Amino acid sequence: MSAKCAHAADGAGAPAKVPVQPARLAKGGLIDRDAPLEFTFNGRRYHGYAGDTLASALLANRVRVVGRSFKYHRPRGVLSAGVEEPNALLEVDAGYGSEALVRATMQPLTQGLTARHTNSWPSLGWDLGRIVDFTRPLWRAGFYNKTFMWPGWHWYEGAIRRVAGIGRLPAAPDRRSYYHQNLHCDVLVAGSGPAGLAAALAAASSGAHVVLVEQDREPGGTLLFEAGRIDGETADAWRLQTLHRLRQMPNVRLMPSATVTGYYDHNVLTVHDRVDITHPQRAVERFWKIRAKEVVLATGAIEQPLVFAGNDRPGIMLASAVRHYIVRYSVTPGCRVAVAANHDEAWRTAFVLQDHDIDVPLIADVRSEPGEAVLAEARRRGLEVRLAAAITNTYGTKGLRSIEVGTLAEFVDGTRRDTSSVRCDALAMSGGWSPAVHLYSQAGGRLRYDSTHGCFVPDRCRQRVRVAGAANGSFGLGAALREGHAVGAAAAEAAGFATTARQYGHAAEADDYPVSPLRAHRFSSADRQWIDFAHDVTVADIEQAVCENYVSVEHLKRYTTTGMSVDQGKTSNLNALAMLAQLTARTIPQVGTTTFRPNYTPVTLGAIAGARSGELYAPARRMPGHAWHAARDAVFDSYGDWLRPAFYAKVGESREQAIRREVLSQREAAGLFEGSPLGKIEVVGPDAAEFLNRIYVNNVLTLKTAQVRYGLMLNENGVVLDDGVFTKLADGHYLLNTTGANADRIVAWLCEWHQCEWPQLELLISPVTEQWAALTVAGPAAREVLAGIETDIDFSAEAFPHMSLRCGLIEGLPARVQRVSFTGERSFEISVPADAAETLCQRIERAGAPYGLVPVGVEAVLVMRLEKGYLHVGSDTDGTTNPFDVGFGAIVDRKQTDFVGSRSLRRPNDQRVDRRQLVGLELLGGSAPLRAGAQLVESRGTGYRSVGFVTSACVSPTLERTVALGMLEGGLARKGDVVTGMDEGRQYRLRVVSPCVYDPAGERING
Amino acid sequence: MKGYSFYSILKHGMRRKPRWPAAWHDVSPQRSYDAVIVGGGGHGLATAYYLARTHGMRRVAVLEKGWLGGGNSGRNTQVSRSNYFWPESAAFYDRSLQLYETLSHELNFNVMLSQRGILSLAHSHHELETMRRWANAIQVNDVDSEILSPQQIKKLEPLINLDTRFPVRGGFIQRRGAISRHDAVNWGYARAASALGVDIVQNCEVTGFDLRNGEVRGVETTRGSISTERVCLAVAGHSSQLAARAGLRLPITSMSLQAMVSEPIKPVLNTITMSAVIHMYVSQSDRGELVLGGGADVYNSYAQRGGLPLLEQNVAAMLELFPVFRGLRLLRQWAGTVDISPDTTPIMGLTPVKGLYINAGWGTGGYKAIPAGGETMAHTIVSDSPHPLIRAFGLDRFATGRLVDEGAAAGVAH
Amino acid sequence: MMQLQCPYCGVRDEMEFRFGGQSHITRPSPEATDAEWADYLFNRDNLKGVHAERWYHGFGCGRWFNVLRDTSTHEMLGVYRMGAPRPALPGKDGETP
Repeated sequence: MSAKCAHAADGAGAPAKVPVQPARLAKGGLIDRDAPLEFTFNGRRYHGYAGDTLASALLANRVRVVGRSFKYHRPRGVLSAGVEEPNALLEVDAGYGSEALVRATMQPLTQGLTARHTNSWPSLGWDLGRIVDFTRPLWRAGFYNKTFMWPGWHWYEGAIRRVAGIGRLPAAPDRRSYYHQNLHCDVLVAGSGPAGLAAALAAASSGAHVVLVEQDREPGGTLLFEAGRIDGETADAWRLQTLHRLRQMPNVRLMPSATVTGYYDHNVLTVHDRVDITHPQRAVERFWKIRAKEVVLATGAIEQPLVFAGNDRPGIMLASAVRHYIVRYSVTPGCRVAVAANHDEAWRTAFVLQDHDIDVPLIADVRSEPGEAVLAEARRRGLEVRLAAAITNTYGTKGLRSIEVGTLAEFVDGTRRDTSSVRCDALAMSGGWSPAVHLYSQAGGRLRYDSTHGCFVPDRCRQRVRVAGAANGSFGLGAALREGHAVGAAAAEAAGFATTARQYGHAAEADDYPVSPLRAHRFSSADRQWIDFAHDVTVADIEQAVCENYVSVEHLKRYTTTGMSVDQGKTSNLNALAMLAQLTARTIPQVGTTTFRPNYTPVTLGAIAGARSGELYAPARRMPGHAWHAARDAVFDSYGDWLRPAFYAKVGESREQAIRREVLSQREAAGLFEGSPLGKIEVVGPDAAEFLNRIYVNNVLTLKTAQVRYGLMLNENGVVLDDGVFTKLADGHYLLNTTGANADRIVAWLCEWHQCEWPQLELLISPVTEQWAALTVAGPAAREVLAGIETDIDFSAEAFPHMSLRCGLIEGLPARVQRVSFTGERSFEISVPADAAETLCQRIERAGAPYGLVPVGVEAVLVMRLEKGYLHVGSDTDGTTNPFDVGFGAIVDRKQTDFVGSRSLRRPNDQRVDRRQLVGLELLGGSAPLRAGAQLVESRGTGYRSVGFVTSACVSPTLERTVALGMLEGGLARKGDVVTGMDEGRQYRLRVVSPCVYDPAGERING
Repeated sequence: MKGYSFYSILKHGMRRKPRWPAAWHDVSPQRSYDAVIVGGGGHGLATAYYLARTHGMRRVAVLEKGWLGGGNSGRNTQVSRSNYFWPESAAFYDRSLQLYETLSHELNFNVMLSQRGILSLAHSHHELETMRRWANAIQVNDVDSEILSPQQIKKLEPLINLDTRFPVRGGFIQRRGAISRHDAVNWGYARAASALGVDIVQNCEVTGFDLRNGEVRGVETTRGSISTERVCLAVAGHSSQLAARAGLRLPITSMSLQAMVSEPIKPVLNTITMSAVIHMYVSQSDRGELVLGGGADVYNSYAQRGGLPLLEQNVAAMLELFPVFRGLRLLRQWAGTVDISPDTTPIMGLTPVKGLYINAGWGTGGYKAIPAGGETMAHTIVSDSPHPLIRAFGLDRFATGRLVDEGAAAGVAH
Repeated sequence: MMQLQCPYCGVRDEMEFRFGGQSHITRPSPEATDAEWADYLFNRDNLKGVHAERWYHGFGCGRWFNVLRDTSTHEMLGVYRMGAPRPALPGKDGETP
């Protein structure tokens, strides 16, 4: 900075120990001068005050260059004072881990905060990437689509990727905690400016439950820095009173430092809440899901830059941001601050500057006839004004030094004359305002173009939403208060509350300055006029896109990447549209606008996930006997939602050894297996049998009480959906077993058939999986083991044959015992009330000890079922398998009545004999183990053709050889054939055999 | 195609005002065409391009109701792969990937194909078996695939967390799997087709069909009637709507498929990583954004807006695999309307209406099929019989029951 | 996130429910031709606009019910029990543009 400012007399009012902040004004501002804070930027120490943002503190220290631009690496300074900031995106560590791309304008200053620039190398002051800036014509829109093709993109990609991507993955671990919270309310008000406060107050006074969300840590919006009187008081006094009133009301929840980021269906809104981010003990971010009966959007408007050559120099700022820094933070962006505008409202910046004793060398307005009020006021104040004038160039390498202003002969054709140079170190510019309609648009609301204010405003929306104040295109304090009150009251009424409150807070609307910007003007070198600061898009890029026919607004956005950076075009979209309209001789409404998407501002990924990580990512279901298994060194694995013992590891045993031991123990003595996840569904009612007969492939009607039958369920497309046994407990009372993973799905599916297709059938479907623990005692010694426990059930072969059920008492507990087997051994599946699982496990263990009973895990059971050739739905079947493919042809053919999926089985494709069918496979020669997933192939020309695959395979501990199942084209008719298996390049010779290779006669199971 | 090169950029860069030719020309529709393609997305534009280039058809129009590439071709997550289970699918998608591999040169438009590999993760021993079945099938189908151990995965993608709630037990990679720039593919085809004389008509909605004796005679549009005897529907997302105007009912449900991106950061991911168990996939674009997605919102929707539950699910799943990203921020979430077919396989070829061809049912994965979709549909339109590569994808498969169910093997598709 | 009005439980979040597709589809007799059967199994109206569909309150009462919903805006236009006739929506029937 060249000149020393007379006004910036920091040090006079501040404590002596605090180093001078050269751009801090002597008094005023919503900062606490008694609470100085130290921070560093790029390693240098600075001081600010509590109440500062990082941006205001940097400005107070006259740090003008805060970053380098994305593509051209041009020095950039703070542009705004809010969420729209495209330049001041820093890497910040405020004590809870470093964060990339933090908007300095929204980051509260904290003691010890460290910040550094991004996207500049080797240093912020001297950036090698700037070379791109000096060859700008080569890097215009779409350059990468036109070159880097020879020899191939991969030659260049690595380098391009490294220079793209603005931020860095934070190196320090993230120490934040994240929570989800839910809230229901009557009226949600987004934004706490004058319109939002008025709306919240009007709604709350009716008794409605109101939530007021404010993205800034200090509620008030423009009241924090704009002049104006409400009910005869200053705006800030009214703000504090209103906030006080709202805080007194028990039906109001005020949420500062929280941003409404998404507006979803049915008035569900998301709020990213950072109020506890600087919590002394632990930093917390919350992600709220708020279900609001009615929504009021009072989200204000975002000021738009002017487009002129060199409009990106540090020191050039949005006019409202200049007022914001001066009034709220008591920081001036410069000593001589010029003002450039295209509407009346921005002129007030000059008045505020002057009121704070800051030189205003010039007000330049592109219009030839500004409003009489502002002109008179400027004249009264003796300010230099140039009309029909625009900035034609700017100077200053590391910050603005001067501007060149030209008067327009007539500003439409862009001919200029009378250029003169004006010395200034900052420029407040305003190209008008764009209402923050993002949330409205996300809600599905349509927008319309307001030609008076030169912006898009809300039009209509099907959701229960109202808009007030600047967000609605109603600019000015008076309008905001009036509309806010009306909309807040209407929202409360729509939510069912009677409102009688009179409007509280009036401002004279005559004091407001009109916002009616003139947008279309264009001079000097196109490639030095920035449209999008964040993505370095200039007018030249837009010109080129138009020249190449990318004239749809979406094409323009994508081709030039306007508005696609981290700021999502908050200060660029409107200017890009205006420029596109001008270049294609269309109006802005003809050009239209792009769609706004969530999020309004970026949301931490951790906050969106909330507590859903690790254990809580998908809570595991534990079996009733879990603790018993754990105490026996069970190695647990996930099987669907369930954590189950895969095997029990004895010291020194490998997984394979453990499984082998368990298999052999059960085959030779006895095993105890907990199968509680097995789906258990009871179907009760006079029509239960008829219903189930329509569901199962098998005949249900012939089943007698206490009999058990194995059955298949198909979906309506004839594909095997699930298998398991079903048992007739009594007349009109059945128990269905499903595979564990399918249990919930099958219940919903049965309910659908009953409730939607056959509601006239009288029955009840009741899922009882969780009520019962299922413990299976199996093996040649199973009966002897059970003889050692207290029961009134007769387990003898004559009294309790295979595939039947007995009910009684076991160890005093009501029990259902099914004699069914998935392993080929004599097997009793005992169901007792779930909370008795552990006790019964212990009793069985004790009774079984003399016979060599061991606990058996899932993997051993799967090996045994494979030796036995039993189908495992999901492993041996997939979404294409029909019952013919798995050997159920005879059962299907025998069933005379219709069942779910039966009609599909008569289609030509289902009847094909060359379908892939389930077979057993025997490994011929070779020592490499065959694995599930190997392909079955036959030669075709020079390559192979797949004719199936191995669905299950293992080395059988019982038979000491490989046993396998597979799906093979026409397999049912190919017994004895030798086929080729292929697995990761290895080849196998496999003979097609019967699926069952262990005890095919079933003597063990029935004995 | 020619015209784009570093030299041309240099040449134009030296001029004060750009004088680049239009990438494609917008025209008003003529009264009649040899073939009309409905839908100016990637598939429609590619079909028109191959009709003109391979088959020499000159009087071809692409009718787009909005702007080119405004549907799913401009909303997807840009993944190409051919790691398919069924031979029919593998042959088709591998042809498409082969065309992608030379597409930038073919179109003289850099589509930025980045073959960084698509990595599929298995989270249990049983899933690893399914994956081995899948990987072996792919090899038999003459497509590249490699089974990887957890350690190999960690080496490939150092930031991954193998010890998730569902531990990573292994995976497999198709190294030719790629991402590219979807807009570039749309624009590249549009430019090349336009140069070959194809009429590209934007803001022209087809409102009906002129059918006589079960044959197509023309289409009605918001910009007048057009007579033609060959019409191809390539309007994924709205296939049922258009087909209904020709009296056809389709086995399609329209749903919203979501995608989302983070703020851009310097390169941290090397592959496209997907997990069927935790339902998500993630890659990093050349711009630096993490691009993630998962399934569709499972209800009928034409809203082109994503819901909240799936967003939370996707983000949580991604952080489960890559917890180091939890401090990054989510920039934008969007959705496209996709055609979900019963077997997750596209519906391509002839329809009961003579002269009406269909290219639909892309589910969550139409982008990768654009080049082969265009090539095979062009052949199908010219010869009035399905191209051999798409014979299994016909609408008639639903009555015979001969579905091509990739869902059984592929898990999350995209 | 949609909010559904379960006729048995009241308004609940979308996450408690499961979508079951288009309502009022008649299951043909087993004598149907392959084409008729395929039409029943696979073909759907897939309307853009008012859509009658069924939902299952799985994390609630376990009941299926019908919903009229606009598929382009996700507006809920009516709820009725399984088996009840579809209620008329004045001025809403048919497709929205």
